[in-house]
Amino acid sequence: MKIKRSMVLVSNDPQSIEKGAEKVFARLSEEIKAFKLEDEISLSMVSDIGRNDASPLVIVYPEATIYGPVNPDDVHFLVEEHLYKGRVATKLQAPTKDVSGKIAWLSNRSGTVPAEQRIVLERAGVINPDSIEDYIIHDGYQALGKVLTEMKPVEVIALLKDSGLKGRGGAGFPLGMKWGFVAAAQGDKKYIICNADESEPGTFKDRLILEGDPHSIIEAMAIAAYSVGADEGYIYIRGEYTIAQARLLNAIMQAKEMGFLGENVFGSEFSFDLHVHGGAGAYICGEETALIESIEGKRGEPRPRPPYPTTNGLWDKPTLVNNVETLANVPPIIRNGAAWFKSFGTPSSPGTKVYTILGNVNATGLIEVNMGITLREVIAIYGKGMKNGVALKLAQTGGSSGSIIPANLQDVPMDYDSYLKAGVAMGSGALLICSDETCVVDLAKVLINFFRFESCGKCNPCRIGNQRAFQILTNISEGLGTMKDLEDLQSMSKWLYEMSNCGLGQTAGSPLKDILTHFRDEVEAHINLKECPAGVCPMSGSATTF
Amino acid sequence: MTVNTKDSKDMVKTVDLIIDEFHAKKEELIPILMKVSQELGHISTPALEQISERMHIPQSQVYSVASFYRLIYTKSTGRHVIKFCESAPCHVAGGREVWNAIQKELKVKPGETSADGKWTLTTTSCLGVCAVGPVMMVDEDIYGNLRPDQLTDILGKYE
Repeated sequence: MKIKRSMVLVSNDPQSIEKGAEKVFARLSEEIKAFKLEDEISLSMVSDIGRNDASPLVIVYPEATIYGPVNPDDVHFLVEEHLYKGRVATKLQAPTKDVSGKIAWLSNRSGTVPAEQRIVLERAGVINPDSIEDYIIHDGYQALGKVLTEMKPVEVIALLKDSGLKGRGGAGFPLGMKWGFVAAAQGDKKYIICNADESEPGTFKDRLILEGDPHSIIEAMAIAAYSVGADEGYIYIRGEYTIAQARLLNAIMQAKEMGFLGENVFGSEFSFDLHVHGGAGAYICGEETALIESIEGKRGEPRPRPPYPTTNGLWDKPTLVNNVETLANVPPIIRNGAAWFKSFGTPSSPGTKVYTILGNVNATGLIEVNMGITLREVIAIYGKGMKNGVALKLAQTGGSSGSIIPANLQDVPMDYDSYLKAGVAMGSGALLICSDETCVVDLAKVLINFFRFESCGKCNPCRIGNQRAFQILTNISEGLGTMKDLEDLQSMSKWLYEMSNCGLGQTAGSPLKDILTHFRDEVEAHINLKECPAGVCPMSGSATTF
Repeated sequence: MTVNTKDSKDMVKTVDLIIDEFHAKKEELIPILMKVSQELGHISTPALEQISERMHIPQSQVYSVASFYRLIYTKSTGRHVIKFCESAPCHVAGGREVWNAIQKELKVKPGETSADGKWTLTTTSCLGVCAVGPVMMVDEDIYGNLRPDQLTDILGKYE
């Protein structure tokens, strides 16, 4: 893959087109060729970037310089100054106005691939994942060496606390604090587990890290083991991820041969043994205590907490469980320091986040960007706008256990604090973008059906609640709903949250709560008008048997 | 998908070898069940009894673990297994239409096996290839960007 140095975007919302965006685009294309820059610079159109005060806009990444309004006659000067000579053509810059949340803030970003900030995916796709040599050439195992030769375990934990890194699995728990708990736990035997049971619908970030850069996880786990006093670790990986499993096994073998794993790593007192444990197909095993039960050879049913795995985990020993993406952040932080890490993202949520963009957008895929980007920016810049120019109706963030958020929340910066304040779950980083062809009842039905299917059945609220909620939603979608059903759904979402034992049941009620909060009119139309406004639900009037 | 053509003596031997491979350790029950299911097509009653006996785990417990996990089959399956992703990202990208079409085409209901023993139709949650949804797996092959009109061609490839 050729790496582009810059990305140039031209706005193509109706207003920009009216003002000549297409001519600007054509001129840019000519000028870029005239300066022989076509191999280094990508050029694309982008819809709705939330600034129609200065359209048509031309935005240059990675600097995120915004020019506007741009005339076709300005283009030659712009290309010569900015793209050829490398300095900002200040006289063409758009007036400063913070309309779309954080576009101004994006100017801090830099990176090899235009407009992305890659930390955990830095090497994915760049190095050969089956070669430990390639990993080492690209700074690999440097952090482990530094930790084992220069740092005490408490210093590593202090550094991570200082970095502000939070768990990327969904809950956002501060990493340094968790490591501190396990380090402080009493016991002569401790375990490290990497949770690679990525099953959240719409999420495949961990798979790409494991397939593209398996050694980074091994290195991070060895650092974790040293810091908390463990000597044995497991990578619990989804049974369906066969390529990632094979690459990890190969990487572990190479690391053992090189002496990065096994007895007396780097000639120190530290020894560490690592196993790969394949899952057998159960969403619930992504819950850390269910995962531990599964490693022990049992049904993956979550344990009551407390006690937490940090004191009573695998085989009842203190156990550290971390997500793949979280761990992948550790070696870069050790190499570059806490201050470096804090220069990315927002003050409350430093660093980057990997998102998967899905649904009704022109470009689906995976990106790693600074914390704090807004949904509007993700859709406009990386999703290349909505498919067929339709309007955004809602987005479903964080996989099934996340939130359904209406279009009017698309300017909330995506970081842990801002989302918490807006009552939205960040979850795993899956962003399912839905147009107005999506029916909220139908969407909730799919999500609840998922939970109904994946509930382990151990506790009643989740086992019975999801089944009952699915029946009610099905009835509504057939035109058989009553207003009383809405009250029932509301209380069910509350009970699921309050009474379930684990995270699965607790979040299963979110879709119910979200559709009633944000899209109540649409749900009521199914009941009162016997009509599905989006034209998706069958509304056949016949009852379904369960 | 492995077709179950082994006679009972062979099956006993196969199960024994798999248990040996994992040193009959209780914590390796799940990998053992996975492998037996892969090799024999599903966990048959004799296989269940054998695993229970050799590993000193009650049959009820072995069955409860086997039936919990999706990749361990406790019922025999058709010659080909279709796993259709029914997660939200595929659903929104047109999965619903494909799912209806597939049931019509094969005349099989979800979770069931066709009368001629050719197809077993199941749903699966996310396969992690959502960027090309809707997605389905036929045996080990993954098909993405599915449209209803492609089904006849795709399914026609399987004997």
